[in-house]
Amino acid sequence: MLAYIFRRVLYAVPILVGVNLITFALFFIVNTPEDMARMQLGVKRVTPEAIEKWKQERGYDKPLFFASRQSGWSKITQTIFFEKSVRLFAFDFGPAEDRRDIGEEIRARMGPSLALAIPVFLVGLAANITFALLMAFFRATYLDFWGVVLCVAMMSISTLFYIIGGQYVAAKLWNLVPISGYDGGLDAGRFVILPVLIGVVSGIGSGSRWYRTIFLEEMGRDYVRTARAKGLAESVVLFRHVLKNAMIPILTGAVVVIPLLFMGSLLTESFFGIPGLGSYTIDAIQAQDFAVVRSMVFIGSVLYIVGLLLTDLSYTVVDPRIRFD
Amino acid sequence: MRIFLILLLFLPGCGEVWNDPYPADERGRNILYTAFTERPKHLDPVQSYTTDESQFIRQILEPPLQYHYLKRPYELVPLTAVEVPKPREIDGGRFTVYEIRIRPGILFQPHPGFVEHNQNLPPEKIEGLSTPYELPLGTRELVADDYIYQIKRLAHPRLHSPILGLMSEYIVGMGDFSKRMKEADKDRAKWLDLREHALEGVERVDRYSYRVKLNGRYPQFVYWLAMPFFTPVPWEAERFFEQPGMAKKNFSLDWWPVGTGPYMLSENNPNARMVLERNPSFRGERYPSEGEPEDGAAGLLADAGKTMPFIDRVVFSREKESVPLWNKFLQGYYDVAGIGSDQFDQAVRVSIEGAAEPTDEMAKKGITLSTLVSATIYYFGFNMKDPLVGGSSERARKLRQAISIAVDMEEYLSIFANNRGVVAHSPVPPGIFGRREGAEGINPVTHVWRDGREQRRPLEDAKQLLAEAGYPDGRDPQTGAPLLLYFDTTSRGPGDKSRLDWWRKQLAKLSIQLEVRETDWNRFQEKIRKGTQQMYGLGWAADYPDAENFLFLLHGPQARADGAGSNSSNYVNPRFDALFEKMKNTPNSPERLRTIDAMVEMVRHDAPWIFGFHPKDYSLRHRWLANAKPNDMAGNTTKYLRLDVQRREALRREWNRPVVWPAVLIVLALVLSAIPAVLTYRRRERMAARPAG
Repeated sequence: MLAYIFRRVLYAVPILVGVNLITFALFFIVNTPEDMARMQLGVKRVTPEAIEKWKQERGYDKPLFFASRQSGWSKITQTIFFEKSVRLFAFDFGPAEDRRDIGEEIRARMGPSLALAIPVFLVGLAANITFALLMAFFRATYLDFWGVVLCVAMMSISTLFYIIGGQYVAAKLWNLVPISGYDGGLDAGRFVILPVLIGVVSGIGSGSRWYRTIFLEEMGRDYVRTARAKGLAESVVLFRHVLKNAMIPILTGAVVVIPLLFMGSLLTESFFGIPGLGSYTIDAIQAQDFAVVRSMVFIGSVLYIVGLLLTDLSYTVVDPRIRFD
Repeated sequence: MRIFLILLLFLPGCGEVWNDPYPADERGRNILYTAFTERPKHLDPVQSYTTDESQFIRQILEPPLQYHYLKRPYELVPLTAVEVPKPREIDGGRFTVYEIRIRPGILFQPHPGFVEHNQNLPPEKIEGLSTPYELPLGTRELVADDYIYQIKRLAHPRLHSPILGLMSEYIVGMGDFSKRMKEADKDRAKWLDLREHALEGVERVDRYSYRVKLNGRYPQFVYWLAMPFFTPVPWEAERFFEQPGMAKKNFSLDWWPVGTGPYMLSENNPNARMVLERNPSFRGERYPSEGEPEDGAAGLLADAGKTMPFIDRVVFSREKESVPLWNKFLQGYYDVAGIGSDQFDQAVRVSIEGAAEPTDEMAKKGITLSTLVSATIYYFGFNMKDPLVGGSSERARKLRQAISIAVDMEEYLSIFANNRGVVAHSPVPPGIFGRREGAEGINPVTHVWRDGREQRRPLEDAKQLLAEAGYPDGRDPQTGAPLLLYFDTTSRGPGDKSRLDWWRKQLAKLSIQLEVRETDWNRFQEKIRKGTQQMYGLGWAADYPDAENFLFLLHGPQARADGAGSNSSNYVNPRFDALFEKMKNTPNSPERLRTIDAMVEMVRHDAPWIFGFHPKDYSLRHRWLANAKPNDMAGNTTKYLRLDVQRREALRREWNRPVVWPAVLIVLALVLSAIPAVLTYRRRERMAARPAG
């Protein structure tokens, strides 16, 4: 097992270098260092000298990938790509273009992001599986039919509609919760209850349909027929046998996203004024803050790789036949 | 379940509001609640230059001068200075000297930088801090050296002051000082103590006075003395924040400004909320006792002579989206709000006469509306270097004039801005010296004065001009092909399509084809810099209320394509430039007015711009907020505001009573809808096995 994990970690290194390279290339195709300087310095009374000074201070006056005027390794190391990338692998993100420390920002923002994302994930998973099992239990009945219709209808509605509609009804019309905002500690609860509810409801359509398909496939298998023939109650068949055997595809979809919960939700955080990492990423893209964008993409890649690794490892827990020796 | 339902039904009777976004301990306190959309980038007065930032720092930092809160046209009055300084010319006008005397006894806000042992903190101590204010705090008296220190900071090699270039032209020795500081700042790990370096043009007279020596004449300099660039910065604060470990904690002058103003920044979280707290060291300032004639009736002089500030705390919450911001304002959780396009019809009713007033819904809530034509211009320019629309030839001029008539800005404002703006007839906005109103203020190229109001010239006039330009019916007579022009603009997505279609239609009225070249902001700026655009749109907000701050946008030596100036149309007219130099150095007088008139006439004739419009700012406030008067120049307006907290609390409770029964109904509906499923399940479980087949 340890050898497997070690091997996977080694595989991750070239992937991260590649992701970093692509992020870098894409960012600088769209934005030049001069554009970044102008974005940071504003549009009023910006002189070419000020732009040069800004670029020099942040090391953006160097070549992007290859310093032909340098010699030896300096041809590679004296470039923007090398200087900006190498520190990431030590998780030293440095300052953002507005000079605020990125590590400090991430630490401050991960709490609000997780306060929203974890309940949405857990409650959503439970709701989706429960609803899917119910539809599977009542398969080929009017309950199943209308359940699927409801799922398709819910899938067809934009998340933005759920957000604005939810805010209008629950927070403005009924005055039950604050429309937006955030506070730390236990007080966070009253701010995240509505976005969590909206996150769960907006995901039920697609999630339930997906799990229903998995459960129906499992329910057609021989072991289910055997279980029923033994006289087991349908609920026992479903929750003890079908659910356990359907865990591999469920884990494939669910475990991989667990680390990514940390990255926050772009849209929900913006509308609900939750100062999380999703909101941070959006702000950075709009401000052309390359330091933050590359850090967030890097963290996202690392978390995704961790998620995939955890998924593989989780298979061994639910299926004893799987071994990584 | 039964208990849950009883609880739900019982709770509304408690009289509590559930949707209050603020902590319970803030209820009933003298706190102003407002919102901000864009996170500030800089709070250091050397760099800060946007309204997003000035709403914070102008309450904290005090330059020597400020604008009178109530009087119009805008008038400079002393803030920390004893009086508005008068320019004194020396060496036969080669130099001008401003001597600024500040009042004694003004104290800085409490700050750890003023406590000596805080200047050598161990890194682990810094690491454990959440805010710098957790350390022992001290204060000291404001002296002239603090102003001098800040002026030197404009040339600090580690900072980026947008006005360094401009000030290097005027403040004697500033350019040289900037170069010397670059040399002096070789060791980046060390704090650069600017006190050790002299700046020739800035001189300390005594403890409370300093002199600024300028090259030549620059009457507009006095306006800069009312801007954050010229606020005092104590060297102790700069040194304090330069300690190792401070930057890692985001502790810097750029995020924790230090000032003498009525408020100090107590919470700095640009992601969620910024909080200003009353500065306990603030000396107090009297509310003005004079204003415009109608200010008395509007209740704006009720607090005349009283000591400000009236509000203890200001909470700015970040709202990135307009919908939650608007709804929270309607619930009473924000005291003031602007009006987005989406909310305009809900908020404002425009009468047949064109007067704007709050809708019945707003009036019922006691919400009042304030409007102000902003000292800003949005213009649509022609690139004068372009071979087709540019240049000073008769052909090109008439083509530009024809287009200026055809582009119906009145329609533009009606469709795209809810009529929130006034059509511009020159670069100079209303309220600025040099602006003419009424019949003498219209642009005769595009408008006529008829029946006591301005009217756009008929399209026939534009067609006539187009024919005289050599393009009858919008076609090139030699090739017979329709005239094709290009409009460069930034695109903000599909929502812009109607605006761009409107532009095409305006030129189609003259049978001219317009190709809109949409691009992102960076590429657009690049085109402007290189002078490769043909037609384009830009805006300019005033730094100070002077015509020079608008007419310089057409000053030849500042042509953008030839350097880095702000003249994006690259308009060069030697006669205009000569008059600009004269106007710039003349104080407001009938002679200056005549000079401005002549300049305006020239640009109307040459038509390097379609003058566009001056936007009108609409803002709403609740009835419990007193003394609010829009002021486009003064950013330090929070100190004048007063709250009726009891009234706010009562109305918030009234407007935000929780409505629980729909939620109860939904829960009941869900429970009821589960009953058939439960029954089916039970029936199935009890069902006997059926025979196969």
